[in-house]
Amino acid sequence: MKEIVRVAAGQGFWGDDLDAPRRQVEGGQIDYLMLDYLAEVTMSILQKQRERDPSLGYARDFIGAMESILPAVLEKGVKVVANAGGVNPRACAEAVRSVGAQRRGSKLRIGVVTGDDLLGRLDDLMTHGHPLANMETGEPLSSVKDRVLSANAYIGSEPIVEALQGGANVVITGRSTDTALTMAPLRHEFGWGAESWDQLAAGIVAGHIIECGAQCSGGNCLYDWKSIPDLANVGYPLVEARADGTFVVTKHPGTGGRVSVPTISEQLVYEMGDPHSYITPDVIADFTTIRLAQDGENRVRVSGIKGKPPTDKLKVSVAYRAGFKAVGTLVYAWPEALEKAQAADRILRERLDRLGLKFDRVLTEFVGATATHGALAGERRDAPEVQLRFGVRGTDRAAVERFTREIAPLVLNGPPSVTGFAGGRPKVEEIVAYWPALVDKSVVKPKVEIIS
Amino acid sequence: MKVRLLDIAHARSGDKGDTANVGVIALQPKWYDVLDQFVTRTRVADHFRGMIEGEVERYELPNLNALNFLLHGALDGGGTLSLKTDAQGKVFSTALLRMVIDVPDAEAKRLALPAAK
Repeated sequence: MKEIVRVAAGQGFWGDDLDAPRRQVEGGQIDYLMLDYLAEVTMSILQKQRERDPSLGYARDFIGAMESILPAVLEKGVKVVANAGGVNPRACAEAVRSVGAQRRGSKLRIGVVTGDDLLGRLDDLMTHGHPLANMETGEPLSSVKDRVLSANAYIGSEPIVEALQGGANVVITGRSTDTALTMAPLRHEFGWGAESWDQLAAGIVAGHIIECGAQCSGGNCLYDWKSIPDLANVGYPLVEARADGTFVVTKHPGTGGRVSVPTISEQLVYEMGDPHSYITPDVIADFTTIRLAQDGENRVRVSGIKGKPPTDKLKVSVAYRAGFKAVGTLVYAWPEALEKAQAADRILRERLDRLGLKFDRVLTEFVGATATHGALAGERRDAPEVQLRFGVRGTDRAAVERFTREIAPLVLNGPPSVTGFAGGRPKVEEIVAYWPALVDKSVVKPKVEIIS
Repeated sequence: MKVRLLDIAHARSGDKGDTANVGVIALQPKWYDVLDQFVTRTRVADHFRGMIEGEVERYELPNLNALNFLLHGALDGGGTLSLKTDAQGKVFSTALLRMVIDVPDAEAKRLALPAAK
């Protein structure tokens, strides 16, 4: 057994730095590269792509990443774990295989994890006593069933461990939890059992820390932000883990950013609910047991983590069509920028009323004054400019479309000192909303295949 | 003495559906007790009145010198439904750090807390 296993993060979401995976495999020694591509809404975007072309539906950035890291995978033995499979892990694996096939003597063994996709099983599940009720509102899924685009269970570390045990050096999953991508390699290497609660929880905490990429190593860090060096060359994080569940978070030498107790603390509280119960399919981690200590420059030691048995449910993420929205903006300049923007808002609302347009929601924000901090921002009477940001949402596409034609006229027939409309009419966007639910673990059966 | 949270804490926020979370972390371990004592659930609910529609929950993480607040109904429906600039609650963090708390002078002096300007 290795004494220390290094897992590096190379992607915090689909759209993250394209070059980060390569820099992680070339910048220093690592054993695993984990790449997280899936946010809540990503699955529905991928589902739409697969509807148009059955060979798509996965995170295509991953194929470029694989090309750039292939030498490291083949020559240095770095293994890759990614949830890039989206709603079509097999097609993703096929695409990776053809990248590998371009190199002679390539020894790619691709593990493909499926079984998270519940879209084709929804009717069956609902008629067999699984209402998939919305966790926030309690409504049964039947109320939006005809508008569902994708439905995936968040699956845990076990199938990834199985793929690694089967000799895979690239593991592609669909909707795995983000944290499992880090925990599974550690569980595999150290042979942690299914009831090694503290170690499994430690693996989950390691995953939580690095799953957002550079957001734990100096990116988006408020603490002393001006002193964080060289974010242009920010080092993405990696963990050096031991069999007892302790680990050090660090980054490659010669990179920018910072790994310190404050940068890690900020990431630990990110998107946190009840810190006593960070629920995953494998274990419930208790974030109130985490101990952090600086362990040299850009090294933070993490220890003390406790875990307890998980529930018998898995979280399910359902995406469904939920109407349309459009947001239009105009910029008003000094003097009295805010008053001008407020007057334009009143005029626009009156015109929309007169047109008889009905929306579920109309929201006005004044960017530069109160958009993000509301009344807490205080009076900004002398602002050099204020952006009027006007949004509508509704189920009637035609009404939303009509609204988009009401912004531009204000330039000539509304309050003065207005600019910033060069982008043209706002775009009507179809809303794909997210429906969180739970399902019995027993009905989700992950499958693992190895493709050589 | 009046103390502004920005001068004694840092913070990060994020989302879960229509709920924003704000984790607020003391800049010095000895200041955690001040956060614990004065940044109460009610105080935070008052601070965000008019900005959020639901309840506020508070959790303590003394191990990280941090408090975690859940602000329900903060994101205009959340995620893709939201029409807000800050649909994912990313900057509720600094909005909370605008809070000014009243700390008894003796305690403020003992802990060397910076006074709000």
